Amino acid sequence: MGQIKIIKPGLLTTVQDLGRYGYQQYGVTVSGVMDNVSARLANILVGNDEGEGLLEITMLGPEIEFLEAMVIAITGGDLFPILNNNAVAMGKSLLVKKGDKLAFKGVKNGCRSYIAFSGGIEVPIIMGSKSTFTRGNIGGYEGRALKAGDTLPIGNHKVSLSSLVGNEIYENLYEYKNNIELRILLGPQEHAFTEKGLQTFLTNEYSVTNECDRMGYRLQGEKIEHEDGGDIISDGIAMGAIQVPSHGNPIIMMADRQTTGGYTKIGNIITVDLPKVAQAKAGDKIAFKEVTIEEAHHWLKELEGKIDSLKQQCRTKQKEVIKTREFHIRVNGKPYQVMVEELKS
Amino acid sequence: MYEKTKYLMAGDKALTMEFGNSISKEVNNKIRSITVAIETRNIKGIVELVPTYRSLMIHYNPLKISYDELINALKQLERQLETIELPAAQVVEIPTLYGGEYGPDIENVANHNQLKLEDVINIHTSNEYLIYMLGFTPGFPYLGGMDPKIATPRLESPRTKINAGSVGIAGGQTGIYPIDSPGGWQIIGRTPIPLFDSQREIPILLKAGNYIIFRSIGENEYKEIEEAVKKGTYHYKSYPKKGVSEQHGTN
Repeated sequence: MGQIKIIKPGLLTTVQDLGRYGYQQYGVTVSGVMDNVSARLANILVGNDEGEGLLEITMLGPEIEFLEAMVIAITGGDLFPILNNNAVAMGKSLLVKKGDKLAFKGVKNGCRSYIAFSGGIEVPIIMGSKSTFTRGNIGGYEGRALKAGDTLPIGNHKVSLSSLVGNEIYENLYEYKNNIELRILLGPQEHAFTEKGLQTFLTNEYSVTNECDRMGYRLQGEKIEHEDGGDIISDGIAMGAIQVPSHGNPIIMMADRQTTGGYTKIGNIITVDLPKVAQAKAGDKIAFKEVTIEEAHHWLKELEGKIDSLKQQCRTKQKEVIKTREFHIRVNGKPYQVMVEELKS
Repeated sequence: MYEKTKYLMAGDKALTMEFGNSISKEVNNKIRSITVAIETRNIKGIVELVPTYRSLMIHYNPLKISYDELINALKQLERQLETIELPAAQVVEIPTLYGGEYGPDIENVANHNQLKLEDVINIHTSNEYLIYMLGFTPGFPYLGGMDPKIATPRLESPRTKINAGSVGIAGGQTGIYPIDSPGGWQIIGRTPIPLFDSQREIPILLKAGNYIIFRSIGENEYKEIEEAVKKGTYHYKSYPKKGVSEQHGTN
């Protein structure tokens, strides 16, 4: 089994998977990755199940030392990854050796990156998930963000490392810009707003404030007018719900949102646009555009088709490994470390 | 309760069935029966259900079922609701040590309502409280049915930490804190049984639609139960709710 060691934790580095489902009726937050697409792609590139545990890193990335050889891939926002001081390509699987160090130099675009490790991060599965919910101290690595000195076990990879190297996302599915358009479905409480309020919401630009985290993004802009205030009897909150409390500014509810809430929700971001929110940061500008549910589901199927074809492409390359051995040899007096994989034919 | 259930869009992966615009037992009962109906029918593509005061959120997978198909299936289920047999609600017993360091605000409650401490305890332990929904923090129950005789406003300045298991009153509501959290409720006692334990087979003890009843215990019993919980030998007590409309749907 491999291991990685956290030398510097970065701003907010947590273990996540696709979320803790099935417990919302008990008030347990779903959590999980903010950018579902990037995270799934990272896992696919290193031969994992797409819902395997991986690292979500934020703005200022961590410094990580690899204690064994493994294959990794980095996707999502480009936080300028470097391996032993050499730039690393985003969206491409690569082999790292024992003692290699991965660090990040700063945000080029986006806000969050995902680092997947062949074999996945081995933390206990709590209520069906490896995701960290820091506010509730649940899941992940001891229920918290990673700290310097933490050592995380990495699972055994079933697939030959050499056959995992060089997988690549051939089509960029998202561009991370500072001006984004988010497509939305109105509801569930669109009738709690005046016609003018709805128009304000759909025709103005909103800025992301400093209060943006895994729980939600507070936006600021033209105030949205209610018919009769922003309070309702609490009901359920879906990922990407746009709450508008009585103050009239929207809040986009994200992965660590509470399961229920008592504010009017004017609309909900469609699933294919949620990664754009996850990669937005303070100061970015957002415009909302209304679409239909048929369109939303059509785009979702299109996106899933693309993810699926990448999965197929990576899978056909994979070779199952029976045994891995390491040799230290000398050729003309120079030491070499050689890894040999016995493959299933 | 609405005459016709409202189907509200909550994004492209969830919808909300809204049954009324008030908090009532009648609405809650309808939510409970439709929840049971959906759970037993196994409609494809439904991911999970979140019952709240007056609605039910249904999270679904649009790759498995379309919005229209889902609504049709739910409407059909609604029409069959009267034939669905509801299992009796469970009443879960919450042993509680009242007063002292475990319930530092019980005197506030007594003074505010001009009662003796024993009266507060007697009144608080006499009702079965309906669990309308869980939320706020994992396992936090929103309860109905507290006697207004012990209603007390929240503390003027909230505490930064309230211990897990604390039983409190805020206005006309009573509740239990499942995990350590800040809060402004008047704390009148504490239960040694954990409402939330992520390692337990059933991590959360309470469920919307069930009831709880508080039982007053002494300090010795508190310690015994605490010990038994630690060892994993504590037997959680519950019994079927008696005497409510032997529920066939709600219409």
